[in-house]
Amino acid sequence: MALEAAAPSEEAGRVKATRVVSSHVSVSMRVVDIWRSRQLLWNLVSTEIRVKYKNSFLGLVWSLLAPAMALVVYAVVFGIALRNGYPEFVILLFSGLLAWNLFQTSVLTATGAIVNNAGLVKKVSFPREILALASVGSASVFFFFQACVMVLFLAGLQWRPAFGELWLIPVALVPLLVFCAAMAIFLAAVNVYLRDVQHLIEVVVGSAWFWACPIVYSYQHIVYPKLSEHHILWLYFLNPLNPIVMTFERVIYARTGLIHLTTAGHPLAQLLPGWSSWTYVEADAIVLAVSLVLFFGAMLVFGRLAGNFAEEL
Amino acid sequence: MPTAVDIQGVSKRFRLYHQKYTSLKERVIHAGRTPYTDLWALRDIVFDVEEGDTVGILGRNGSGKSTLLKCICGVLQPTSGQVVVRGKLAGLLELGAGFQPDLTGRQNIYLNGSLLGLSKADIDRVFDEVVAFAELEQFIDQQVKFYSSGMYVRLGFAVAVNVDPDVLVIDEVLAVGDERFQRKCLDRVQQFQDQGRTIIFVSHSPDQVRAICDKAVVLSDGKMIGHGPPGEAVRVFRENLLEAGDVLARGMEVAATAAAAQPMAPVPADHLHPIRISGVSMSYPGSEQRPYVVTGEPLTIALQFEASEPTAASFVVELRDDKGGVLLRTVSGDLDAAADVVAGSGVVSFRYESVPFTDGAYDLSVGVEHRAGGELFDWKEAAARIEVMNPSKAVGLVALPVKVFVEQASGVVGR
Repeated sequence: MALEAAAPSEEAGRVKATRVVSSHVSVSMRVVDIWRSRQLLWNLVSTEIRVKYKNSFLGLVWSLLAPAMALVVYAVVFGIALRNGYPEFVILLFSGLLAWNLFQTSVLTATGAIVNNAGLVKKVSFPREILALASVGSASVFFFFQACVMVLFLAGLQWRPAFGELWLIPVALVPLLVFCAAMAIFLAAVNVYLRDVQHLIEVVVGSAWFWACPIVYSYQHIVYPKLSEHHILWLYFLNPLNPIVMTFERVIYARTGLIHLTTAGHPLAQLLPGWSSWTYVEADAIVLAVSLVLFFGAMLVFGRLAGNFAEEL
Repeated sequence: MPTAVDIQGVSKRFRLYHQKYTSLKERVIHAGRTPYTDLWALRDIVFDVEEGDTVGILGRNGSGKSTLLKCICGVLQPTSGQVVVRGKLAGLLELGAGFQPDLTGRQNIYLNGSLLGLSKADIDRVFDEVVAFAELEQFIDQQVKFYSSGMYVRLGFAVAVNVDPDVLVIDEVLAVGDERFQRKCLDRVQQFQDQGRTIIFVSHSPDQVRAICDKAVVLSDGKMIGHGPPGEAVRVFRENLLEAGDVLARGMEVAATAAAAQPMAPVPADHLHPIRISGVSMSYPGSEQRPYVVTGEPLTIALQFEASEPTAASFVVELRDDKGGVLLRTVSGDLDAAADVVAGSGVVSFRYESVPFTDGAYDLSVGVEHRAGGELFDWKEAAARIEVMNPSKAVGLVALPVKVFVEQASGVVGR
């Protein structure tokens, strides 16, 4: 929203901020506005979570049930039916899904964020980006719950993640959140004008994008040999989520060397690349840089489109 | 006084698409040639509101009032120009916008407060006041969806006025709740004024504007046609209403002549308004010698009219004080005073037996409307001014003839 903040002036003991409503307000000013409205962001996130499960008996459990179901299905299909032979496949799967679910939930809910809050957008003035960011916020809360479940899960299986590399999780999480925010802001704005985006994104994110991430298969085992053979490995890393998903897997699954598969003959295979921690940091830093550029672009698009939200809805 | 809200050449264009294409398929098929008409809801509006002023925005339906208000609030962005607001602004475009039905009243106060830009600490501070103002102490921990509509708007208003804004923007929301709550809202608005805060509000009611505002802006078809003291603005607004009636009638006339395939002829004005007021005069004992009426004297107000055809007319006399408060409104139709006039000129007289008002100057407005109501044929705002002089020592708005009796055990003493 075009609310520009300028230097506050002191008058009669009251600080009065000046605000400009116009169609040209810089991205940096809008970021400042968003920062000022962080209280609202927090309230919207808690509202969304409260409202979602207010009247259901199991409450939050439902929000964990869907990812749990996905986990079970993939574990059964790939681990048992198709026999990929990865030892403790469910943990590799869980670590990848954890990062993926944050992205998927953010983007799917954010796409409808402006349209579904039409009443608010038409009547109240506040930085509209907040609505998209609130979707990322509530997805982060569910991410946290899932992470807690995973900790219990790992403890139950007596699985040892790479404790020494635990610091890589926030290193991957920050670019992931920025990337989610960029996508959320862009899609929420575009969806106001093209309602197809909602359906398009369900198809793209729900299927194609998911399979382009090394979640139900291993990068090192499946993707690397095939793509490097044709020198097109870079193609795989056009997906900014891949370094992030791989960082999660590196820390939680933590089996970097050659390991025996459980298939007949127990062949040796490498599931995670033998990268050093700094290679992960570098990859995540590139994702962060790209995400920041995307975020800026998304803010520009949002700024262009936001002026007519109240009319279009 | 420093400026609180500065509206700098604000224009707003709406694109009216004849056909709205929001699906991808339709957008692709109709790419670049979606038919639309431009509608300028606002054209180059320039005015500023000084700190502490209460400004009313008047205008017919569709004149751009609400669009302007939305631009001031920041809900809409102007197509060109900008609005500069100094200080915190709270907009009451719709009461209870942003309430979440599934949350309790308490949670909604926090949510709504943060929508209006308050921090949690701020809301903690005013929370009790909000609840008390909304009179919802018993229900505050219930879900808002179980509230009655009255409770809903009360809570909305209570939050909005307690966010401690420097500028309050109100869009015809003062007509909420029962009469007592309305009174309370108006008192609150008054309190805001006394505290030297700025208020901008939209109203259909010239009376309200006159009663509350220091200044008023009149909009017509997105253009500002008047800006000044409320009395002046109301006059412009009323004239504009009459003109609009003309345009409407003329439009119908044109349609009729077009159907008959006749060239467009200028329509005689008196055909549109079958009756017009051509003059007003007042008479009272001694009206030849002195320019004022003495309290308690009889007063006759005479309206000269010209009728072009037989009309079921009803004449209106209205007296207002300087603050715009209506002291008196007499409608001949309500009195069953027959006023079926025939074509030609005539005079209608209102004879008041005794003028009760005390010292002051009062504006006299006169008009004529259709007896069945609805259609206003003519209106002369502030057509004359009546000066009243009060010879007695009575203080107040009116001085009524009175006799005082003092009763004591010893008997009755008449005075």
